[in-house]
Amino acid sequence: MIGIVGYGSYLPRYRIKSETIAKQWGMDSGAIKRGLMLYEKTVPAQDEDTITISVEAAKNALARAQIDPQKIGAVYIGSESHPYAVKPSATVLIDALGIGPHVHVASYEFACKAGTEAMYVAYSLVKAGEVEYALGIGADTSQGAPGDALEYSASAGGAAFIMGKEKVIAEILFTHSFTSDTPDFWRREHEYYPRHAGRFTGEPAYFKHITNAAKSLLEKSRMIPKDFQHAVFHMPNGKFPQEVGKKLGFSKEQMEVGWISPWMGNTYSGSSPTGLAAILDVAKPGDKIFMVSFGSGAGSDGFIFSVTDEIKYVQNLAPKLRDYLDDNKIYLDYGQYAKFRKKIIVNE
Amino acid sequence: MISPKYHREIPQRYRLEAGKCKQCGTISFPPRLICPKCKSKNFETVQLSREGKILTFTIIRVGPDKFSKETPYVVAIIELNDGARLTAQVTDCDVNKVEIGTKVKLVFRKIQDEGKWGLHCYGYKAILI
Ligand SMILES: [Zn+2]
Repeated sequence: MIGIVGYGSYLPRYRIKSETIAKQWGMDSGAIKRGLMLYEKTVPAQDEDTITISVEAAKNALARAQIDPQKIGAVYIGSESHPYAVKPSATVLIDALGIGPHVHVASYEFACKAGTEAMYVAYSLVKAGEVEYALGIGADTSQGAPGDALEYSASAGGAAFIMGKEKVIAEILFTHSFTSDTPDFWRREHEYYPRHAGRFTGEPAYFKHITNAAKSLLEKSRMIPKDFQHAVFHMPNGKFPQEVGKKLGFSKEQMEVGWISPWMGNTYSGSSPTGLAAILDVAKPGDKIFMVSFGSGAGSDGFIFSVTDEIKYVQNLAPKLRDYLDDNKIYLDYGQYAKFRKKIIVNE
Repeated sequence: MISPKYHREIPQRYRLEAGKCKQCGTISFPPRLICPKCKSKNFETVQLSREGKILTFTIIRVGPDKFSKETPYVVAIIELNDGARLTAQVTDCDVNKVEIGTKVKLVFRKIQDEGKWGLHCYGYKAILI
């Protein structure tokens, strides 16, 4: 059996409400809340970045996996906000967690689906027998340009998954990826904020790729939406995942646990992975989980998980996603937020 | 330029590796060459507990240049559950809510940047629990 042997999530404590952002730009926050279903989002502290978020999430994954970190043979971090342009984020992470130095590491980038890429490659290496354990992480501290629609959603957080063959808590039954050249969202080198093609990001990008990956995954597995207790899709806002899930035949109840974006925002590479972590926090043995990510550019990775008896021994070994989402929140006003996100020009 | 020193101190800054005297059990953090209690040179490497409490603290309202955008912030002397003591910034908090005896947990954070072009330097900070 091959699959997840330990998982962990992490969200910063800081928040900003949609109305705080809307007020700054003279916009109607009602439209954002009703239209995009976004109420508030996480904001990284000034001393947090993709590396620190990855370390905290992976620490929780190690606490649940209860394995010797030295046995991890590969570490991949997927993000669109790696702190260095050149120097892999995972080099810092392995030293922080006591992994390696006999370990293969790499940084992945694929807009919002870099996290599931890391998970997929980690899983594949274990499956191929190349390594005993592999760690795949999705984490981001994404930025939206001031006043842009993305400013309401771009948030920070991440989740980490250790893949292995022993004491599996969620077996990976099937995977499927769907990718095409779609110019819906991009950021050129040296540009600070990403560009997006407005409405073009919906139908031909998000919906097309998720739907195709999801349908192929269902065909491959000969399963139907009713076979699943939980489903999670990439969450660029609150509305899209509900829409795409409904179109595919999943109910609100099936999507409820993983649907955290209205209060978390879009954690980009950490989006569907944090949703999966929230599901694993409450999942029961035998539960089937359906997951499809999406990354602009564009592509989707799909997974079908089957939860095992082992899950109940690990759920309480580390903080849960809802602990991070609901407790110890510190709200920022727009000025503090602008300072935190370095949107204010200062003399160095 | 702090890179070489930063690199040398990674085991203690990232993983809280301390030296435990094999003769008398005293924990030294950062690790030392000679035990301050019994003068032994025999140490084993141990990892410190990540939880503890605040022994004393100060609120920095006018910080050095590198930290001037983070003021006000708290720097505290913390006693960890295994008895070791260290100095750390207390992050993610209302500085007026910090008290002596408050329980804290050590987390992995960015400590400073070597200017705009240099390294990001990471290490431990404390959060209130
Ligand atoms: Zn001694």
